Amino acid sequence: MLSIKNLHATVEGEEILRGINLEIGAGEVHAIMGPNGSGKSTLGHVLTGREGYQVTAGEVTFMGQDLLALAPEERALAGLLLAFQYPVEIPGVSNMEFLKTAVDGMRKYRNLEALDSVSFMKLAREVCKRVDLDQNFLKRGVNEGFSGGEKKRNELMQMMLLEPHLAILDETDSGLDIDALQVVATGINSMRDGKRSFVLITHYQRLLNFIEPDHVHVLGGGVSSVPVTSHWHWNWKIKATAGWKVRPCNE
Amino acid sequence: MSEQIDDLIKSHYAAGFVTDIESDTLPAGLSEDVIRFISAKKNEPEWMLEWRLKAYHAWLEMVEPHWAHVSYPDIDFNAMSYFSAPKRDEDRPQSLDEVDPKLRETYDKLGIPLHEQEMLAGVAVDAVFDSVSVGTTFRKKLYEAGVIFCSISEALQDYPELVRQHLGTVVPQKDNYYAALNSAVFSDGSFVYIPKGVKCPMELSTYFRINEAKTGQFERTLIVADEGSEVSYLEGCTAPMRDENQLHAAVVELVALDNAKIKYSTVQNWYPGDEEGKGGIYNFVTKRGLAHTNAHISWTQVETGSAITMKYPSCILKGDNSIGEFYSVALSSNFQQADTGTKMIHLGKNTRSTIISKGIAAGHGSNTYRGLVRMNPGATGARNYTRCDSLLIGDQCGAHTFPYIESKNPTAIIEHEASTSTVSDEQLFLCLQRGISEEKAVSMIVNGFCKEVFRELPMEFAVEAGKLLEVSLEGAVG
Repeated sequence: MLSIKNLHATVEGEEILRGINLEIGAGEVHAIMGPNGSGKSTLGHVLTGREGYQVTAGEVTFMGQDLLALAPEERALAGLLLAFQYPVEIPGVSNMEFLKTAVDGMRKYRNLEALDSVSFMKLAREVCKRVDLDQNFLKRGVNEGFSGGEKKRNELMQMMLLEPHLAILDETDSGLDIDALQVVATGINSMRDGKRSFVLITHYQRLLNFIEPDHVHVLGGGVSSVPVTSHWHWNWKIKATAGWKVRPCNE
Repeated sequence: MSEQIDDLIKSHYAAGFVTDIESDTLPAGLSEDVIRFISAKKNEPEWMLEWRLKAYHAWLEMVEPHWAHVSYPDIDFNAMSYFSAPKRDEDRPQSLDEVDPKLRETYDKLGIPLHEQEMLAGVAVDAVFDSVSVGTTFRKKLYEAGVIFCSISEALQDYPELVRQHLGTVVPQKDNYYAALNSAVFSDGSFVYIPKGVKCPMELSTYFRINEAKTGQFERTLIVADEGSEVSYLEGCTAPMRDENQLHAAVVELVALDNAKIKYSTVQNWYPGDEEGKGGIYNFVTKRGLAHTNAHISWTQVETGSAITMKYPSCILKGDNSIGEFYSVALSSNFQQADTGTKMIHLGKNTRSTIISKGIAAGHGSNTYRGLVRMNPGATGARNYTRCDSLLIGDQCGAHTFPYIESKNPTAIIEHEASTSTVSDEQLFLCLQRGISEEKAVSMIVNGFCKEVFRELPMEFAVEAGKLLEVSLEGAVG
């Protein structure tokens, strides 16, 4: 599904990613852990094409396509979704309108028939229920005045509606209480169908108590990152704590 | 992201084209003779000529206003021509079939074919092409309802007393520099009269175009709604691409007698100038309504065009319990400058006014809201609510707000709210990451910002406003 080879990237001239290697197969769940500043979020932004991140070396293939050659919206349409750590507010644009615009675009790209407003409304309401958000959130501005947890659930809702092939969840667990965490984890687990892949970027091990990853990687120690393989002793520690099956990606 | 914004800003004005119609154009320059020529050409009554000349002499004594937050080179009023009419104007078409095919083609290019509007929207169209009306429809149906909807030149022939009674009562000849100029040389415009108790059976609409190089366009519109009547008037325009600045100084007067209601909506898309700020229309318009007892006047405007705009559609709330409303979206991009807003003059008791202004600035655009709310001593129990929101796109543009509030009545209540926001990179990236193109994302955000105003537009106009905004955004935002 996703193949990252020797990926180097800089932000404002400073190298943050220094030779990342990662192979993600269809249906797999990969957790990426590591301390602050190790480049976890940077990896998510580089893969999705956020402005301000320069790739200086390396290759990324996503479902047979050269991912780095695609524009950000093309990457999204190709099935790569990033659930944001800090979802931004768009006042004045209703959540419903935003979701419908996104879903319409995605369905068109996938050569699926467009959903009429009634069918879409029905679908959106169902998804709302699945992430335990009140339907009123559909009428409100995108993330406008949402609490931290509501924003994260809104990200999850977008994921459920857009049905990406690969979802990168950037600290979706941070700032959530245990109930909200459970809702999010149940939501993610319900999306696991043996084909869809996930990258869970997280600080904490507690998310992994609810979502069992196939692989756990640890990025960096200290400020800059180093190839994940050199830090697999971290993995061991995690393994010792939680008892997961742990495999550094480039054995 | 800023590069993409630049690209979008630089895309070309979609409505830029010129229709070649032979014109009967007066040489450049302004004098008493010119005014006599215009008046004679239109076969106007003597009092009208006197009225024009009085305005002209007043104008000669006046100075050009420079208080607005805009800058432009001095206008040479003797370098422009004050009359231009399509040939054979005594032989004007009586129905749309007789309209010059080239003119119809022009409308088709704009996506507003007249025949389609007649069928789909049931809108009566008084099309103003340059300075003389060339097509009027549904006249008969309106006539049956007793509604008069014609060009002001025709009204001067057919209903001179009605025009004489109301012309200049809301915007006097000496009101301001541009209103005085308009009063002296106005070429044509629309006249509407709704009789007592009549609800106009259809939306009335005029499309304006400026098509003759170096010709100032001086429209004069007068709408009179008699007691207990109701009318909704739609005005929309777009202009061909030009190198030289064109002055447009229109005057619109609304008279709403007791219990009458006038809703005046404008979608304005004149050529805004190129990416360096060259060319484009100067839009210096005086629009004002006079509301008698229990009358209701509502202005809605969507301003996306013009190089420079100075425009303050206003309401004089003279009668007790009268209501004034102003809903505005003004977009300035490239080097466009807009200084626009409203004046709500509360004279009567329990008068109410609402002002909702949405200013959008992009590129090097400058957007200014200037509004006056005045509560006169007699305005007991009067209320005003004002909200001014500004949206900035990019880091080269500017938004300014100049609210003037004067209250001479202690029982009056005035509220003013203001906000400024931006379209951020984060917002755009969220949209991109969900597969929504940047253009669509900006359009969605801007439309969301303007929603409250669009809601006020008549249905068929709201669609067009959205379309126009999108076209302007292509050439305006990123």
